[in-house]
Amino acid sequence: MNESTRSEAPYSFGKRNSSSALYDRIFTGLVWGIGILVILFIVGLLFMLLKNGLPKLTWDFLYSIPSEIEEGGGIGPALFNSFYLLAISLIISIPIGLAAGIYLAEFAPNNKLIDFVRICVEGLSSVPSIIFGLFGIALFVEMFQIGLTILGGAISLAFLNLPMLTRITEESIRAVPVEMKNASFALGSTHLQTIRRVLIPVALNGLITGICLTAGRAFGESAVIILTAGVTTSGVMWDFNLFSPGETLAVHLWYVQSEAIVPDAQEIAQKATSVLIFIVLLINIVFRVPLWLNSRKTKS
Amino acid sequence: MIEMNQTVQTASAELGNSIRTGSGKSFDRRARLRWANSAFRIACIAAAAFVCLVLFGILFLMFRTGVLTFQEVSFAEFFFSADWDPENGKYGALLFIFGTVALTALTLLISVPFSVLIAVFLAEVTPKWLRNLLRPVLDLLVGIPSVVYGYLGLTVLIPWLRDMTGKDLADGLLAAAIVLTIMVLPTISRVSDDAISAVPKKYRDASYALGSNRFQTIFRVVLPASSRGIVYAVILGMARAIGETMAVVMVIGNTAQIADSLFTPTAVLTSNIVMQISSVEFDSTWNYALYMMGFLLLVISLIMIVAVRFLQKRGVRES
Amino acid sequence: MKALIEIDKLNLFYGTFQALKNVSMEIPQRAITAFIGPSGCGKSTLLRTLNRMNDMIPGTRIEGKIAVGGTDIYSGEVHVETLRKKVGMVFQQPNPFPKSIYDNVAYGPRLHGIRGKKQLDEIVESSLRAAALWDEVKDHLKRSALSISGGQQQRLCIARALAVEPDVLLMDEATSALDPISTLKIEELAQELKDKYTIVMVTHNMHQAARVSHQTVFFLNGEVVEYSETEKLFSDPSDQRTEDYISGRFG
Repeated sequence: MNESTRSEAPYSFGKRNSSSALYDRIFTGLVWGIGILVILFIVGLLFMLLKNGLPKLTWDFLYSIPSEIEEGGGIGPALFNSFYLLAISLIISIPIGLAAGIYLAEFAPNNKLIDFVRICVEGLSSVPSIIFGLFGIALFVEMFQIGLTILGGAISLAFLNLPMLTRITEESIRAVPVEMKNASFALGSTHLQTIRRVLIPVALNGLITGICLTAGRAFGESAVIILTAGVTTSGVMWDFNLFSPGETLAVHLWYVQSEAIVPDAQEIAQKATSVLIFIVLLINIVFRVPLWLNSRKTKS
Repeated sequence: MIEMNQTVQTASAELGNSIRTGSGKSFDRRARLRWANSAFRIACIAAAAFVCLVLFGILFLMFRTGVLTFQEVSFAEFFFSADWDPENGKYGALLFIFGTVALTALTLLISVPFSVLIAVFLAEVTPKWLRNLLRPVLDLLVGIPSVVYGYLGLTVLIPWLRDMTGKDLADGLLAAAIVLTIMVLPTISRVSDDAISAVPKKYRDASYALGSNRFQTIFRVVLPASSRGIVYAVILGMARAIGETMAVVMVIGNTAQIADSLFTPTAVLTSNIVMQISSVEFDSTWNYALYMMGFLLLVISLIMIVAVRFLQKRGVRES
Repeated sequence: MKALIEIDKLNLFYGTFQALKNVSMEIPQRAITAFIGPSGCGKSTLLRTLNRMNDMIPGTRIEGKIAVGGTDIYSGEVHVETLRKKVGMVFQQPNPFPKSIYDNVAYGPRLHGIRGKKQLDEIVESSLRAAALWDEVKDHLKRSALSISGGQQQRLCIARALAVEPDVLLMDEATSALDPISTLKIEELAQELKDKYTIVMVTHNMHQAARVSHQTVFFLNGEVVEYSETEKLFSDPSDQRTEDYISGRFG
């Protein structure tokens, strides 16, 4: 770090500073530049997708049935299936995930068994989504012989949701201050009463955030659905039959881009993408705003 | 000795009696509450057991189906032959394994420097208002579906690459790596951001007090201190990249050949499974081979989790 | 039976560590008993055995007997939730729930099955009055409990404990986290409450014990060194260690 050969007193920082000060400035500029550019770039891409697709949306598009050959197909059944599968998978996975998370946070004694359960949860959360699809095939298509159905897809999706819900539940409940628990127990409550009346309400923000994250991910999931629910729909809207094939919006997007032969595939893909992004953002943002407001209220 | 008068004594006896089970007016309610408590506890234990069961079920089914491959195909052929031609009885999975490894390596090569830089940007350089704006934005990006990134790759990236290089076909490792980079970037940056922000202020203070500037402080003090967290972030990103299917399948070309350049259409474990699984009989060697590839993916992912835990435990012991 | 709570040869272990050694004493009804002693001497631990709150710490083991109203509270036939209803507790840090003031006080009664609005309204009012908080909050019952001051929150916690109609009130250093004025208010409150409730308070402030209590117990290293009427303990202690502690030679 000695720029000059003149013998100088070791306290003269002037000369020594200049080169590293230069590095500092370059570095800062670089970091700012890259940081802003990259983030803006990615956001810009998504924004562009929304901008290209959203204005072209019509109710007709959202509602009508896709066509194999002709122009003018819509995404109706696929869109419905997305919500339907999401709902069923959440109905199955939320109670189980919540209960498992509560077990880890409240009922589990601190020992080897608990570490084991926790590794299982982490392990399950690291499993690639396509493996859940393969599992679903082995289970529903092969073992139970029901073929590609909404039910099979929804249950496989539920398996995918489980580890995330469990982990977030455990974290949220552990985050509740222990004094709250003590106060409740000291008034003569059972464990269940404390969980129902204190822990869950206080942890509700975290729980709902977790559910929204899980729901957003499940809504956009495609690999699992392709493998277990197929790439077609039954062709009618509002089909609640659990054993119909269950192509979802995300899958339809892929299908339209890779296999479809309709002339307006590009446009359908554009519009479908924008709907998909829009709904995922909606799930992630809209449900959390009231939570944010609520937490500011109880803090004051 | 303390004496009590008559009324006080009865009150005391009442108290003593009331706390016994099996007595008192609200006995039914108390018994009901007790029962509900036990039932709930059992339900929670069952739920936790169920989660473990799902994991083992997956491991079991994948293994059982995948291992049937070796009835017809030798170990050596599956793992070391790059000739994948199931219609002619060739089941060499090496090319997919190579594809996955190469793609992941390339993705990390591109994404890690950018991600760490962005993490430093967020944690150290931005003013608070900007930080509070950008962090949620990045968190939202993590939630964007992978098909959307695949779609972007297909419709924006590939044409651009075609223009840039003049080739006819720009599918291949590079395109997939770029798409995956955009996908894992928010994950690696945010987790690294958390790790960097967790470095105690006193380390920075000490560094500044000795006369360093920000650049030196970050590189010599903060990053080394948060290195374990950053490694964790990278492993998370790596796990996501390895297991990613849809974004990759749309830009990688889906051809069963080893990639000899960045622009050769090729395939990886995940993309091959999704492309071929729907058109094969379950009881065929082809299918078993696909399941074996899935099992490989599963094992790799689980090993990474174990590695992370091991890392974390060592970190705690050393600190 | 002579006193409300009788403790007989109580030993408590956290794993291998023995926190209470051969504790025996009596706690008189409708009076204030103070536990004093240096930090870590076991006074809070003993307090928590009285409502079995230490059940929640894994690895806790008890030998000996604690009788409340003649019933051994560690015997298998005791209903813990009812015990805690009858033996209430107020903690060192005020810990109201993040709910409204009304819902905080009504929490306990609702736990035990009281649902009628009129009944709850009455209970809330009488509990807040008993805790000397009613006048200050009666127009703001629906406001969040976190919006009132620390001293008021602690009185709210007392009201909450009183709402389930306990016979005993345990106060675990309930004024340590409060300013002097709030502390004084709560000491006055304890004096009023003693006519209806049996109060056991742990305090690290022996002057508080001297001011407020009728009986004082001095703890050291998990043992009861001495206990007697407060005036006697402070003016003429039997044990030299008590004398040393009171005159500030240690602690």
